[in-house]
Amino acid sequence: MNASPKAEAQTVVIQPRSGLAALNLRDLWNFRELIYFLTWRDIKVRYKQTLLGAGWAILQPVLQMLVFNLLFGDLAGLSSGGIPRPIFTYAALLPWNLFSTGINDAGRSLVTNRNMITKIYFPRLIVPLSAVLSGLVDFAIAFLLLGGMMVYYGIAPAAGAALLPLYLLLALVTAIGVGLWLSALNVHYRDIRYLIPFLTQFWMLASPLAYEASEVFTRLPEAWQWLYALNPLVGVVEGFRAALLGTEVYSASFIWVSVASALLILLTGVFYFRSMERTFADTV
Amino acid sequence: MTTAIRVEGLGKQYRIGGNVESYRTLRDTIVDAATWPARLLKGELNSRAETFWALKDVSFTLDQGQVLGVIGRNGAGKSTLLKILSRVTEPTTGLAEIHGRVGSLLEVGTGFHPELSGRENIFLNGAVLGMRRQEIESKFDEIVDFAGVEKFIDTPVKRYSSGMYLRLAFSVAAHLEPEILVVDEVLAVGDAEFQRKCLGKMSDVANAGRTVLFVSHNMSAILRLTERAIVLDQGQVAYSAPTQQAVDYYMASGFSQSGERTWNADEVPASAAPFVPLALRVRDPRGEVSDSLLAREPIDVEVEYRLDQDVTALRVGIYLMTLRGEVVFTSFDTDEPKLYDQYGSRKAGSYISRTQIPADLLNEGQYVLGINASAFRVKSYFTDERALSFTIDAMGAAGMHWGEVRQGPIRPQLDWAIQQVQG
Repeated sequence: MNASPKAEAQTVVIQPRSGLAALNLRDLWNFRELIYFLTWRDIKVRYKQTLLGAGWAILQPVLQMLVFNLLFGDLAGLSSGGIPRPIFTYAALLPWNLFSTGINDAGRSLVTNRNMITKIYFPRLIVPLSAVLSGLVDFAIAFLLLGGMMVYYGIAPAAGAALLPLYLLLALVTAIGVGLWLSALNVHYRDIRYLIPFLTQFWMLASPLAYEASEVFTRLPEAWQWLYALNPLVGVVEGFRAALLGTEVYSASFIWVSVASALLILLTGVFYFRSMERTFADTV
Repeated sequence: MTTAIRVEGLGKQYRIGGNVESYRTLRDTIVDAATWPARLLKGELNSRAETFWALKDVSFTLDQGQVLGVIGRNGAGKSTLLKILSRVTEPTTGLAEIHGRVGSLLEVGTGFHPELSGRENIFLNGAVLGMRRQEIESKFDEIVDFAGVEKFIDTPVKRYSSGMYLRLAFSVAAHLEPEILVVDEVLAVGDAEFQRKCLGKMSDVANAGRTVLFVSHNMSAILRLTERAIVLDQGQVAYSAPTQQAVDYYMASGFSQSGERTWNADEVPASAAPFVPLALRVRDPRGEVSDSLLAREPIDVEVEYRLDQDVTALRVGIYLMTLRGEVVFTSFDTDEPKLYDQYGSRKAGSYISRTQIPADLLNEGQYVLGINASAFRVKSYFTDERALSFTIDAMGAAGMHWGEVRQGPIRPQLDWAIQQVQG
């Protein structure tokens, strides 16, 4: 729609689609600025008219950490593998919050952006995508405190710290994949809105936030251990702790199970989303 | 000339809510159970919902640089057509071929966020409409200027008056430069001054050789801006012709031609309660209900209605419009202060409000009469802007000895005096 000099007449044929939808990544690329603007909007609006503003990005994980320490450390007495418990939990909460806020926001995103979806065309994928991406700012702010904690506890970044961006990407991929599923389902079934809090809670307990992943792995028969790694957050949290705190991952091959699982969620999510997309404007 | 839009057999089916409970066999139940997961994912669990065609078998072509008007009553399928052409929703059947980039103004202010400032919203809304950031930057001043909101540009738009909000929203949209522009009803926004500006902008676009598809209820805007128009009725193209003819067809179609319009219970929206319109009639001085009347005779108008409850501050009135949709006048039964005091509150019951359009007022031609029942600034109970039409015959009217067509909706008999002035 821009008045670009190469005004070659691009032809669009509009007709009913059926079957599996094409990805149409080119369309997504053409609208890349919209991804940026919607993400930017979500970030700008997030802490408008709050007293603490972006302080919430730090306060939330800190409070969570305190609760976790009290429950799982002081009361349940779970081991934190020789790492000071506060930083052990906090390093896991960072990617977890990115994920949980991401799937919450993305899940509701199509419905909250209803007025845009029913009025104009743009690749609908952008909506849940930017909802997840806008969580990155909170992540970055909370990460600053982690840096401070590492200095305080005298923990130097481990050799694997270079891998951190990849684990972050794994968290994003998982959040986007789950977010696509939830947002597309939420268009038809508003039940999803009520399901998301439970889903988040169960998922939180099923991820090694307050305990070491090995606690679960070692309790499973060896042949079935990989099942636990199907939860991509297992790979993410193990990876974060390994990269930042220098812990050992239980088994590198299980990281790959998590990666495969995340990619599968993303791929099925994208295709499900794309094939439901055609009815969004009529149903949302 | 090259084709910009080609539409062939376009149809759109909607499912309307509510399961139709019907007799079910065990087989149905088993099939349902077996296909449940698939239907769950497809969002089709209400598969027995009723369907209807919002658009059916619509075909037309639009050449590059042409401006096409789309007219039709509410629910005729205009918005559905525009939504399909702007790719918001997919058609159920048929196909549309579009050559060139489409910009749509289906509703202004899409994507505006109340917490963001005017400046931020311009960028956001521009991006939503498909503009590049550079493009928005280069047009930023123009957009702000056109909207007239310089002073408030860094204020969150939630503090804007509704007029300012709409002006800013339209302004962003109006500065899009697509090859094909799809416009719906945006002219209904803002005050008269701003509407004039919008119309000016629209004709600029049309004159710049861009292809425009324009939906509006404003017949004079349609007449001014478009060359050709299609009339949609119940989702189908009822008429396609040069604008003038299409507008005449539209305005004359579907009216009661008998000088009387009555309403059945199912034609009155629930929101009208407790007001129930019963009939609207025009009579000649001999008391005959007729749709063809003389300009030199007075016309009796009566509105018959029922009130199911007592209503305070009700006013019942008429709009008189030309066939083109220009309002000639509006008048209410409690315009007279004495009647206003007397009927400040109306008891439940049946009423007829009568008035008379004076003789020697209307010009020859067709007129449309509408009715409105409302409580000023409280509630509009019922409006039908085109309740009935009638024809005025100028026989014996002022100046008929010249056999010319007089301009203007009225043709009053004025008192002239001619005085020769000594030079």
